[in-house]
Amino acid sequence: MDKSLTMPISGPAISGSNGSRLQAGPQGKRPRKVLSPRNIIVYGALGLAAIYYLIPLYVMVVTSLKGMPEIRLGNIFSPPMEITFEPWVKAWAQACTGLNCDGLSRGFWNSVRITVPSVMVSIAIASVNGYALANWRFKGSEIFFTILIVGAFIPYQVMIYPIVIVLREMGLYGTLYGLILVHSIFGMPIQTLLFRNYFVSLPEELFKAARIDGAGFWQIYFRIMLPMSLPIFVVSMILQTTGIWNDFLFGVVFTRPDTYPMTVQLNNIVNSVQGVKEYNVNMAATLLTGAVPLIVYFVSGRLFVRGIAAGAVKG
Amino acid sequence: MLNNVSARTQSSVSIRDLSLSFGSVKVLENLNLDIHDGEFLVLLGSSGCGKSTLLNCIAGLLEPTEGQIFIKDKNVTWEEPKDRGIGMVFQSYALYPQMTVEKNLSFGLRVAKIPKDEIDRRVARASGILQIEPLLKRKPSELSGGQRQRVAIGRALVRDVDVFLFDEPLSNLDAKLRSELRVEIKRLHQALKNTMIYVTHDQIEALTLADRIAIMKSGVIQQLDDPVTIYNKPKNRFVAAFIGSPAMNFLTGELAEEGGRAVFRTNGVSFSLAGYDASEPLKAGRKVTLGVRPEHIKVDGDIAGGEVHEAVVDIEEPMGADNLLWLKHAGHVMSVRIGGARRYAVGAKVRLAFDMTMASLFDAGTEERI
Repeated sequence: MDKSLTMPISGPAISGSNGSRLQAGPQGKRPRKVLSPRNIIVYGALGLAAIYYLIPLYVMVVTSLKGMPEIRLGNIFSPPMEITFEPWVKAWAQACTGLNCDGLSRGFWNSVRITVPSVMVSIAIASVNGYALANWRFKGSEIFFTILIVGAFIPYQVMIYPIVIVLREMGLYGTLYGLILVHSIFGMPIQTLLFRNYFVSLPEELFKAARIDGAGFWQIYFRIMLPMSLPIFVVSMILQTTGIWNDFLFGVVFTRPDTYPMTVQLNNIVNSVQGVKEYNVNMAATLLTGAVPLIVYFVSGRLFVRGIAAGAVKG
Repeated sequence: MLNNVSARTQSSVSIRDLSLSFGSVKVLENLNLDIHDGEFLVLLGSSGCGKSTLLNCIAGLLEPTEGQIFIKDKNVTWEEPKDRGIGMVFQSYALYPQMTVEKNLSFGLRVAKIPKDEIDRRVARASGILQIEPLLKRKPSELSGGQRQRVAIGRALVRDVDVFLFDEPLSNLDAKLRSELRVEIKRLHQALKNTMIYVTHDQIEALTLADRIAIMKSGVIQQLDDPVTIYNKPKNRFVAAFIGSPAMNFLTGELAEEGGRAVFRTNGVSFSLAGYDASEPLKAGRKVTLGVRPEHIKVDGDIAGGEVHEAVVDIEEPMGADNLLWLKHAGHVMSVRIGGARRYAVGAKVRLAFDMTMASLFDAGTEERI
């Protein structure tokens, strides 16, 4: 076997025999400039799309900061000449829905009282469900899982009337507890799926090692699985919080006027037909209602992406 | 078999008629295996042969469909993993990522509510043996692969178990670390004298570590023997082909008789079978496969006697210490291992002789050794 058959390990450019090629600098095309036509088109399109989505928000913010006389001028895009926070105060504390004139604050606190326990209960149960389905394959676990998934695809409307009856029989109809129960149950399929897929993606050998070490169902859950699952808990919390906070249908069906969540109350304020339409108050009320999901996204957005990605790697 | 108590008392782990199926797929079938006290047994096979499944059954992580498992004369078939007196080391190390090395080692002991000073004593002993004391306060993510696997072994060590189970513990390591840890595991076995069951697909690991090797294929143990016997007297063609690198040469042909002596004939060329240790009479006309390992074909100066053939060098593969020659003869290409210093030109003529005392004959139909 002679030398010509051996692979050249050093490339010809660094072999030194050809100095001029070394001085010629790097080969190939230079990376594109920032202001290339391609970049202008890409960023231009992105910018236009962003403006398109942001304009309604802009209109809402400026309108909520204007007084009624200024709004009547009709220039919805113009910034407020005189900034006033009066509409925000009114939306929060004074706007009337039916007989109550204490503004959105009542709905806000109702929503908090609904969302916090619903999120906690549904996540607590769904995470244990997902853990059991992923790691403790019991007899019929696959069938159970399939039924659960099918549950996620049944339209809500079909189930509203039966649930009303169930809640009435349980004596929970019209109470916050009833709504909390409904939210917890309806979040269960998708949350369980989320947790199951996450736990399936964790190395199975960790679970086996813990069993050899003698840990039981709850010990493995609390001491091994939970500490590794922060990202998926954050994802789940975001999905549930925003979903339950933004819910309108269940809120309007399962509660009474004094326990209406914020979304229902917002609707009642905006759609009230009596008196003058106070656009600035409506805008402020809408922004207030949307603030909670927005804040949740902004605060935990990075963790959210990480959690989604972590679950997506395997399984 | 169950009444064979005397056989059972000598063994550390006994497996009786073990079967396991996943749905309609049979992974293990009627498997019997006795592992002696203090023995290092290697389960060897390619992926999907059921070796890891068998180990998981012994560990109690999988429930057998049928059959029984004894560890130290106790029927543990339905016992929880923690009560079987076993420790297990996994391929992916399976260290708890949120715990320090110390907490990883002591987790099982803390779960079992063993007193603190006893835990400290055992962790100190294990980390001393494995030389991981400086790492005790670190998290697994701050360790190298070799260090992680040492900690994983330590986790089995602190549990003071009778039987160690290794599930391809070195497969995730690079070649250099692998050979280092292989030696360490062997040293550990010599020091502790525990029973160890070791699953691997790497024949080098199997040959170097094992007291006995069980070669598995499709859920059935093909051969259970010490490494030398497995290497030199493979029971069937599968075992012969699986063990050995470079692989054994197989020549298909038939048995014949020439001058009252049995010969192997292939493509019109006869090879004398003088010296072959046959387990049954070599009847002429039987279709057989002759298996010869590359180091059992002698070339030129190495020939000590016997029948000499002439062959042509096809390709030469120098491997440092050895030199692998591919020779063309009798319509076959066979590999021959010679010393690294001896070089041949392609196309050169060489003389070769088979060492029939080390060869293997397999029936062409059953593929069993004759």
